Amino acid sequence: MALKTLTYLVVGFTFVVYIAIAIWSKAKSTGEFYVAGKGVHPIANGMATAADWMSAASFISMAGIIAFAGYDGSRFLMGWTGGFVLLALLLAPYLRKYGKFTVPEFIGDRYYSKTARIVAVICLLFISFTYIAGQMRGVGIVFSRFLEVPIGTGLIVGMGIVFIYAVLGGMKGITYTQIAQYCVLIFAFTVPAIFIAFQLTGNFIPQVAFASKVIGTDLYLIERLNQVIVDLGFPNYTESQRSTLDMFCITAALMIGTAGLPHVIVRFFTVPNVSDARYSAGWALFFIGILYLTAPAIGSMARLNLTDTVQIGVVGDAEGNLVYEERPEWFRTWETTGLLTFEDKNNDGRVQYYDDSNPDFEAQANAYGWEGNELVIDRDIMVLANPEIANLPAWVIALIAAGGVAAALSTAAGLLLVISSSISHDLLKGVIAPSITESQELFAGRISAAVAIGIAGLLGYYPPAFVAQVVAFAFGLAAASLFPVLMLGIFTKTINKEGAIAGMLTGLIFTYGYIEFFKGLFLQWAGTPFAADTPDNWLFGISPEGIGIVGMILNITVAVIVSKLTNPPPEEVQNLVEEIRHPQ
Amino acid sequence: MNSNLDSRNTYWLRNKRLVIGCLIVWFFVSLGCSVIFADYLNQFVYRGIPFGFWIAQQGSIITFVLIIFFYAWRMQKLDKALKNGNQHGS
Repeated sequence: MALKTLTYLVVGFTFVVYIAIAIWSKAKSTGEFYVAGKGVHPIANGMATAADWMSAASFISMAGIIAFAGYDGSRFLMGWTGGFVLLALLLAPYLRKYGKFTVPEFIGDRYYSKTARIVAVICLLFISFTYIAGQMRGVGIVFSRFLEVPIGTGLIVGMGIVFIYAVLGGMKGITYTQIAQYCVLIFAFTVPAIFIAFQLTGNFIPQVAFASKVIGTDLYLIERLNQVIVDLGFPNYTESQRSTLDMFCITAALMIGTAGLPHVIVRFFTVPNVSDARYSAGWALFFIGILYLTAPAIGSMARLNLTDTVQIGVVGDAEGNLVYEERPEWFRTWETTGLLTFEDKNNDGRVQYYDDSNPDFEAQANAYGWEGNELVIDRDIMVLANPEIANLPAWVIALIAAGGVAAALSTAAGLLLVISSSISHDLLKGVIAPSITESQELFAGRISAAVAIGIAGLLGYYPPAFVAQVVAFAFGLAAASLFPVLMLGIFTKTINKEGAIAGMLTGLIFTYGYIEFFKGLFLQWAGTPFAADTPDNWLFGISPEGIGIVGMILNITVAVIVSKLTNPPPEEVQNLVEEIRHPQ
Repeated sequence: MNSNLDSRNTYWLRNKRLVIGCLIVWFFVSLGCSVIFADYLNQFVYRGIPFGFWIAQQGSIITFVLIIFFYAWRMQKLDKALKNGNQHGS
């Protein structure tokens, strides 16, 4: 069967499953629409959380980032897992005890203020729309590559599927679809990894292959990889190329941001009790860990495979490089997508792939007769083309497509739900029209989900930047705005509404401003960033990806100082805090 | 009522201690071993993998999972103790 037909079949089959689940689990009340009736088993919720949270960036981009960045890629590995520790220890059990529907609702009650609730909704919308743009882009990329349809068509199909199960099923539908999506994506991610691990080292388990000898050599995988890439002028795979401070700030901002993401937090509102919320966080990270412990193994193996494909002989030998006309089939397929480009700079008909930005290697390269790096590789290829590079059967390639779509759709649906509930529950029911009935609120929730899907599609069609980068900013914003006020709201009784509002606004505006200044996030459509994005320009040498940590510190400082200068929270708020700290 | 209040305060105090302990381990492994001391730890190489690099890409994630399950397990015991204490108090 042709690859394209097979891919259509596999992806189509998963879509049928998702829609069937949506019809089976239609939400009938606001409780089911917002929090799945609070009856989800902790292990099931763990699996749903894993799919909710592992995005297109985790599935498509992360292993590729690690493949090219080596040790520096660890900031994403730790950043996107370590936050669950904070979530389990500092937020999830208490917010579950609080027991209502949304994150802004908690902030509104704890800080006894509709203004605080509205500011929280603004932060939430900011974070969620930044994040969802990346997901829709991921859907578009997968569709255009594997199903060979234009990105716009891919987006519309993806939006349609999410529309059916998110609008119909609400949180209940999303939860059970996410469980199915987790199974699809983890299978799709690990199967190629197992094949490649076996081909390369003779060991089936990718994490063990990571520390095994490469077949046909006397060297361990990482040793061999380092030897091959350093010979081509690339930096050492296991050493950091960034300043320790910047690495520290980015990792910390990603971890804290993870704990502050509303669509992850609300997942813990769906379990039956406080103890389940804690265990569920553990299960979530266990299921996430399966992918995250595999990604670094894939990254190193894919990098080695790729380099070995191009550098077929001794470095510097005229015969050492791949002849362009003899390039493998996958090379041709990916060239047509533009994710892989070759330019024969020295006109020798062979592919030279090396680090031409390394001044120490320049003389060496010139001596070889090389006139610049001739191969430009998009990092997303490392996962998408992996099965083809390793000559795996066609069904594995089809599986990757289904996995990528599952990862993007599950995250998009979770985000859409928090967006729609913040509008129907927090803004409409909470502030604008408190007198509406439950069925009217449910209807409003469905309408706002539908509108949000439309906006998300537009953001995916006109993306602000590439997938992982956009997503990384959502974490900075979450770390600087929502996480501090949630934590302070639980662990102190003294922070009042003035403090919380001032803190959230300071964190959000500072962090967003810093990112916009160097990167151009939304305003980029109107022009270019305001300053060059180089370490010399950065505040204390902290990159925009890591600035969320400074935003968080500012948020806490402002919240504490303003609270000291104004009236303490009223008695009933202190009782509420006392209440959520204890499980009974 | 008094013993009830006492046991509730003790519960919160113990919870806070446990949280702080777990967070110290979390910080030490993730931002400590994997970032600050990574260069130092990289001198120890086992099966081709420098140790700091391994902690950053594998060890830290495994530790995170263990911390959460440890905390959930200890808190479950503490929850039970609070529940029993309450019944005595009232």
